[in-house]
Amino acid sequence: MERPFAITLDVGTSRANHTGSWRVERPVYVDRLPPCNDACPAGENIQGWLYEAESGGYEAAWRKLVENNPLPAIMGRVCFHPCESACNRVQVDEAVGINAVERFLGDTAIEHGWSLPAAGPDTGKRVLVVGAGPAGLSAAYHLRLLGHQVRLVDSSPKLGGMLRYGIPAYRLPRAILDAEIARITDMGVEVVANHTVHDIDAERREGGFDAVFLAVGAQLGKRVNIPAGDSSKVIDAVSFLHQVADEDPPMLGRRVIVYGGGDTALDAARTARRLGATDAVIVYRRNRDKMPAHAEEVEQALGEGVTVRWLSTVERFENERLVLEKMRLNADGFPEPTGEYEELDADSLVLALGQDTDLSLLEGNDNVEVRDGVVQVATTMMTNEGGVFAGGDAAPSDRTATVAVGHGKRAARGIDAYLRNVDFVSGDRHDLATADHLNTWYYADAPRTERPELERIRRQTNFEEVIGGLTEENALFEARRCLSCGNCFECDNCFGVCPDNAVIKLGGDVKYVFNYDFCKGCGICVRECPCGAIEMVPELI
Amino acid sequence: MSEQRVHFYQVGSFAVGNRLLSADDRTVQSSPHRTNSIDSGHRACQGCGEALGARYALDAAMRATNGQLLAVNATGCLEVFSTPYPETSWRIPWLHSLFGNAPAVATGVAAAMRVKGRSDVRVIGQAGDGGTVDIGFGTLSGMFERNDDVLFICYDNEGYMNTGVQRSAATPPAARTATTDVVGAEPGNGFGQGKDLPRIAMAHDIPYVATATVADLHDLERKVERAMSFRGARYLHVFVPCPLGWGSASNDTIHLARLAKETGLFPVFEAEHGVVTNVSRIRRLAPVEEYLKLQRRYAHLFGAKGRPDIVARLQAIADANIARYGLAPERGELDNREDA
Ligand SMILES: Cc1ncc(C[n+]2csc(CCOP(=O)(O)OP(=O)(O)O)c2C)c(N)n1
Ligand code: SF4
Ligand SMILES: [Mg+2]
Repeated sequence: MERPFAITLDVGTSRANHTGSWRVERPVYVDRLPPCNDACPAGENIQGWLYEAESGGYEAAWRKLVENNPLPAIMGRVCFHPCESACNRVQVDEAVGINAVERFLGDTAIEHGWSLPAAGPDTGKRVLVVGAGPAGLSAAYHLRLLGHQVRLVDSSPKLGGMLRYGIPAYRLPRAILDAEIARITDMGVEVVANHTVHDIDAERREGGFDAVFLAVGAQLGKRVNIPAGDSSKVIDAVSFLHQVADEDPPMLGRRVIVYGGGDTALDAARTARRLGATDAVIVYRRNRDKMPAHAEEVEQALGEGVTVRWLSTVERFENERLVLEKMRLNADGFPEPTGEYEELDADSLVLALGQDTDLSLLEGNDNVEVRDGVVQVATTMMTNEGGVFAGGDAAPSDRTATVAVGHGKRAARGIDAYLRNVDFVSGDRHDLATADHLNTWYYADAPRTERPELERIRRQTNFEEVIGGLTEENALFEARRCLSCGNCFECDNCFGVCPDNAVIKLGGDVKYVFNYDFCKGCGICVRECPCGAIEMVPELI
Repeated sequence: MSEQRVHFYQVGSFAVGNRLLSADDRTVQSSPHRTNSIDSGHRACQGCGEALGARYALDAAMRATNGQLLAVNATGCLEVFSTPYPETSWRIPWLHSLFGNAPAVATGVAAAMRVKGRSDVRVIGQAGDGGTVDIGFGTLSGMFERNDDVLFICYDNEGYMNTGVQRSAATPPAARTATTDVVGAEPGNGFGQGKDLPRIAMAHDIPYVATATVADLHDLERKVERAMSFRGARYLHVFVPCPLGWGSASNDTIHLARLAKETGLFPVFEAEHGVVTNVSRIRRLAPVEEYLKLQRRYAHLFGAKGRPDIVARLQAIADANIARYGLAPERGELDNREDA
C-alpha cells in the first residue's frame, strides 16, 4: 500500500464515523427564477444566456436566447427592458445592461450569419398567421420549430408591422430588421405581402388552414374632435410614421405640434425634427411624472431639441394658430381644465393619442369575442372559436414589441397543443430568486457600462442610429456583472466552505453533489452561496 | 481601464473559485485535488470554524511545500475532534504531545529533520488560543527567540472551548464564558486584560507575522504561502468563530469572521521583521452591534437591561484598531454605520 510520507502504521480513518446522522436539516441545490427572467415578457432565459456569454460563448448564448425570442438584434434596440428594472444587481450598484448585451449578441449573430435552428419535422398541419409584426413573426418562427406549415400574410409591402412602420429608423436600422426577418422566413415560411384579409372565415376555409393566428396589431390612430380650419394640416402619428417609413414623408412645415404623451408621440416629434422642423413641440395634458412614455426616450427627445408643453390640451387649430388650454392636476392626479388659454404658432398638428385595432376581418364571425376594442383570448391565446388565436396589440396587452413576441410564442404553443389535441401546459415556475436569497459580499464592485450615444448635432438632421453597440470587451464585462440569481455559476463556495468536506465537486452539468454521509447540516454553504442556489430542508426523521 | 475590465471575473477574488479563472488563480480549496488534510467524519460541532481554518491553512501549506509537511498539535478541540482512538481524520503526518508544549515539540521535530538532512520537510506547530497565548506561551516565546524554523498557527476561537468554554487571555472584553459570568458592574470578561499575541510575536522581530480569518480564503492561503517562503520562526493567527462557545448559529461562522474584520474588532494584517507591511482594509464598514448581536455570549449587552455603555467601549476598541492599522475603507460612501 502506498502511504503518505512518514506514515508507517495503518490507521482507522474517521470516515468510519458517519456524521450525517447528526443532521436535522439538509442542504439541497435548487434553481430559483431570476427576477430578469420573471420580468421578461418574451419569456427569455436571460440569466441562462448571460451565463454562456460570461465565458465568451457568444454563439451558445445567442442560441439560448433565440430559443424564446428570434429577434435579439431588434429587441436589443427597441425593448424597454423590464428585466433591467427587476435586476437584483441594483442592490450592489446598478442593473446589468441586459439589453445592451442582447443587442451585442444579436448583431454578432447577423455579422457571422448564424442561422436559426431548422424547422421541426413536418406535422402536415397548416397555420395562417395574419400580420407580420413582432407577434406574427414570433408565432411563425415557433410554429416552424414545431413542424407546422405557416403562411404569413401582411397588408403592407414589407414585413415587420410596427417594427418597420411605427419605429423610426434611428431607433431600429432597416438592415437589422430585414436581416432578422429574413432569418425567420428562411425557415420555410410562405410569405404573402400586400395582402389584406377581409374575411377571416373565408380565408381560413379557402386556404384549408387548421388554425389561424390574428396578429393584426393596432394600426388606426385615434382621432379626437378638434375644431380645425380647412387649411390646417392635421395627421395622426401612425400615418405620419408610416409614410416616413415608406420614404414618402408628408410636408408638415417648420412648426410641428404633437399631441399626446406616449412613446409614439416622442417618435413623431423626433422624426419631425429630423425632417427639418425647427420647432417640434409635444403637448401633453399631465406632467412629466405621469407621462406614459419611457423616461430614457423622453430624455433623448429633449436632448434633440424637442420641447414639451406639460399640463395642456389642444382646444382648436385655425389659421396656423393652435389654442391650448392649461390644465392642473387634482388631488387624484387627474388633469382638470383651468379656463386659461394660450396660443402657439403651428404649421401642423400630429395626433398621437393612442391606436385602435382594425378588426373588420372578423365581421360576420359571431364566435370570436371582441371587447374594449380587442380580441379576448384564453391563456393559450385561443379565442372563443376553436382554432382561432389572437395576440399582440390586437389582444389585451401592454402593447410593446416584447409583449407581442411573447404572445407569438405562447400562441404557437397553444396552437400546437390544439392541433395535437393535447392539454396546454405552461412550464412550472420556480420560486423567485429575490435579493434576500443572495450573499452580495462575493460580487466584485463593477459599475455598469453604458452604450455610446450619437452626438446630439448629428441626430437633428438624419436617421442614423442614435444608440451604439457595445464592443466585445464591454459586452463581456457587462455579462459578467450578472449575479446569476438563483442559479449556480460554479464559484466553488459550497465546496470550499464546508467544514466537513461534504460537498463533492464533479464539474460538468451536475457541478456539485452533497455527501450526506458526512454533512452535519450546519448550513454554511447556504449562507455563503452568492446566488441563492442552495436551500435547507428539514430532514424527515 | 480596459485592462481592469478584462480582469473582471464576476466574483472577482472573493469567492473560493470561479469557473472563469485559470486554475492557477483559484484557491487551493477550489481544487478537487486539495489534500483535505482533515478528513470527513471528524467530530467537530456543526459549523466549526476551527476545523475549517485548519483545513484551509494546512492544505495551503501542503501545496506550498509540495506535500513535504509535518504538523505538531497541542491539546485542544482540533486535536480531540480529529483523533478519537482508533480513528484519525489526519491525512498528513501529525503528532500530538501535550497542551502546553507544542512549540517546543515542533522545534524538536524541525531539529530532527535538519539532523537527518531533510530540511525540505517543513514543520507546522498548531494550537488553540489557550494553548498559544496561555499555557504554551513560554515555549512559543522561546521558539520565536531562537528563530526556530517552524510556522506556528494559532486557531483563535477566543476561549478554552474543548473543556467547556472557559476564559483565555484571548477572550474579548464583556464576553460571557463559564468562568466570566455576567454579574457585577462589568459583566462577562473584564476590560484591559488579555494578550494581543500577533503584536507580542512582532516584538520578537521574527521574519513573518500575520493574521487572517476564515472569511477571506484568498488572503489566508496567500499568507500561508508567504510564510512558507521564509525560514525561521513564523506566526499566523487565524480567527475561527465557535458556534457552541459563542452561542451563534452554525451557519453564521464565516459571516461572523467577516464581520469581525469589517467592524475593525479583528485587524487583518501582516508584518515582516517586526514591521507591518500590509493591512486588509475594511470593505463594508459595520458597527460592532451587528457582530455582537449574533452571539449569545454578548446577549447581556442588549435588550431592556442592555449595556449601551459597554457596547460603546467595544466600539472604541474597534475604532482604535482602525486608527492603529489604517483599516478605514477606501471610499467614504461605503461607510454604512448609522453613527458614521
Ligand atoms: C496541562 C493541561 N491542562 C489542562 C488541560 C485540559 N485542556 C485540554 S484542552 C483545553 C483547552 C484548550 O483551549 P484552546 O487551546 O483554546 O483550544 P480550543 O479547544 O479552544 O480549540 C484544556 C484546558 C490539559 N489537557 N493539559
Ligand atoms: S443579476 Fe443577472 S440573474 Fe440577477 S436579475 Fe440581474 S441579470 Fe438577472
Ligand atoms: Mg480556544
